Amino acid sequence: MIIENSDVVLSVCDLTAEVDGIPILNGLNLEVRAGEIHAIMGPNGSGKSTFSKVLAGHPDYQVTGGEIVFQGQNLLELEPEERARSGIFLAFQYPLEIPGVSNLDFLRVAYNSRRRHHGLEELDAFDFDEVVREKLEIVKMDDRFLGRSVNEGFSGGEKKRNEILQMALLEPKLAILDETDSGLDIDALKIVANGVNHLSNPDNSIILITHYQRLLNYIVPDYVHVMEGGRILTTGDKKLALELEERGYDWVRQEDATEVVAR
Amino acid sequence: MLNFRLRAYRQWLKMEEPKWAEVGYPTIDYQSIIYYSAPKQTKKLSSLEEVDPTLLDTFEKLGIPLSEQKRLSNVAVDAIFDSVSVATTFKEKLAEQGVIFCSISEALQKYPDLVERYIGSVVPVGDNYFAALNSAVFSDGSFVYVPKNTRCPMELSTYFRINNGESGQFERTLIIAEEGSHVSYLEGCTAPMFDTNQLHAAVVELVALDRAEIKYSTVQNWYAGDENGKGGIYNFVTKRGLCQGINSKISWTQVETGSAITWKYPSCVLVGDHSVGEFYSVALTNHHQQADTGTKMVHIGKNTRSTIISKGISAGKSENSYRGLVKIGPKADGARNYSQCDSMLIGDSAGANTFPYIQVQNHTARVEHEASTSKIGEDQLFFFAQRGISAEDAISMMISGFCKDVFNQLPMEFAVEADRLLSLKLEGSVG
Repeated sequence: MIIENSDVVLSVCDLTAEVDGIPILNGLNLEVRAGEIHAIMGPNGSGKSTFSKVLAGHPDYQVTGGEIVFQGQNLLELEPEERARSGIFLAFQYPLEIPGVSNLDFLRVAYNSRRRHHGLEELDAFDFDEVVREKLEIVKMDDRFLGRSVNEGFSGGEKKRNEILQMALLEPKLAILDETDSGLDIDALKIVANGVNHLSNPDNSIILITHYQRLLNYIVPDYVHVMEGGRILTTGDKKLALELEERGYDWVRQEDATEVVAR
Repeated sequence: MLNFRLRAYRQWLKMEEPKWAEVGYPTIDYQSIIYYSAPKQTKKLSSLEEVDPTLLDTFEKLGIPLSEQKRLSNVAVDAIFDSVSVATTFKEKLAEQGVIFCSISEALQKYPDLVERYIGSVVPVGDNYFAALNSAVFSDGSFVYVPKNTRCPMELSTYFRINNGESGQFERTLIIAEEGSHVSYLEGCTAPMFDTNQLHAAVVELVALDRAEIKYSTVQNWYAGDENGKGGIYNFVTKRGLCQGINSKISWTQVETGSAITWKYPSCVLVGDHSVGEFYSVALTNHHQQADTGTKMVHIGKNTRSTIISKGISAGKSENSYRGLVKIGPKADGARNYSQCDSMLIGDSAGANTFPYIQVQNHTARVEHEASTSKIGEDQLFFFAQRGISAEDAISMMISGFCKDVFNQLPMEFAVEADRLLSLKLEGSVG
């Protein structure tokens, strides 16, 4: 939701970044305020996923210029785990399997690391159990999933639901969902979307990275950005996504070119 | 005993150092090793209060809770420094049940018949190069005898420590479990840092008679050398258990974290019908450590069963090999073996190998072998970090999970100790 004069949660200015010496982001600008849902769309290789990894601080991605301010703090100075604890959450496109580590233990340690960061007392196994059971409802997950190893043997849909469960527990200030819709059937997509909508509130913000308009039928964005060549080409509301679906990315590229010529 | 030693020495002179293991080290000068070294206080003690307090301090510093904690948690301890046993606790209490727990030198004097009847019966003097050397020069070690139908009332435990820089340690342990008895034995090892390499060549022999059960656990933390591979213990050990009686059971659990080189294959010879052999192992190597470890399960009797669970963790530039033999003899009808060997690599410069040898001479036998290799990589650590979990915690969670099947076999407090030890050993190994 767009709220007038709400706080700026994330401000990205002229961001450039590379992987293995290859520039991927080329001057990206974005401002996200509390309560807003932003969708970033764009063709393969446009830099969407790179942007999400850079926000989360993946060590393979080098920032070469520009700045990212998150809640008034220079994000680029923080280690990945510090970013996570201060409220940045990345729902992975391909959630990893962690054999031998139970989902319940993983969730509890993650939950407690955030509590510690906020100066709160850690929850013991019993108290945490109550918290986690409540959150299972949001993503319609069975408690069997808690006893299993993290994502091991989970279906694609179960992995994505597990990501949203983690989001529900960690209550991030900014959640970045990297192609959370990919590989989901329509039922799983609805469950995931309902979960995200349930968690969305005037205090937090969400960035949805997606290829398809379909997800945006269920999670309605306030802004839609189209990315190409490592920067944002154009920004609109959810109608832009529908138009993209109809006319393809080439249309945006042409529009962009005409704009440049006109200037 | 002198004949035993001389026989061993003569055989040793004729033998050659084995070279088949996946380890490399400079030639050992056997002339320069000190074969007997004793701490200054050599008087035999009956309780820990009498032990030189500086020795006890050393144990405390090493985190070995030798005294009070052990007393409370009901563990009897034999402490061996360099070549001699300095103290054995709980002797009287054990004696009430007829259990003998003392140093092997004491046993040789008090119970010569028992010792001479069994010593070398499981590991013959000429078994291998290092066993022969041990048989010739062994100084001290632990001796345990559990009489018929007796359940040893407490955990027995020995702590070995090499204090002297040039010294080798050649201890000998012998455990005899009579019919229907049960004993659980724990072995812990440490050594301070030296730039030189010290040799540790021990022999452990276990004998289980009808329906007897021996559980032997090791937490090995010998000095592993520094980050550049300088110094550290060469741990060349022969451990073997004989399931002589029907329905007998021998179970080895080992957590190997130290030593520059580990060369060790705790084995079970399953002679008695329906006897059971088990081997649970976690071997961790870091920096320049090398480990070639595993087990041998030799099935001779009918319906004998064995289980092998081996977990190898390699970090740094270390090499970690599992080497195991499962042999089913022609008369071992209905024998079964299940082996599972998992390797975990941390970083990009460590190596892991698995060398399973399977020999089956009986068509009714069933042998299963499973193996896997996994890697803790940057992406997993990033996943943890993105959930607010530090790399150290992430590794320790993954390692604990990986080793769970083995740690579950250890007595509770030692499982916790082992878990902590692994995290400590891996500190700073990633990133």
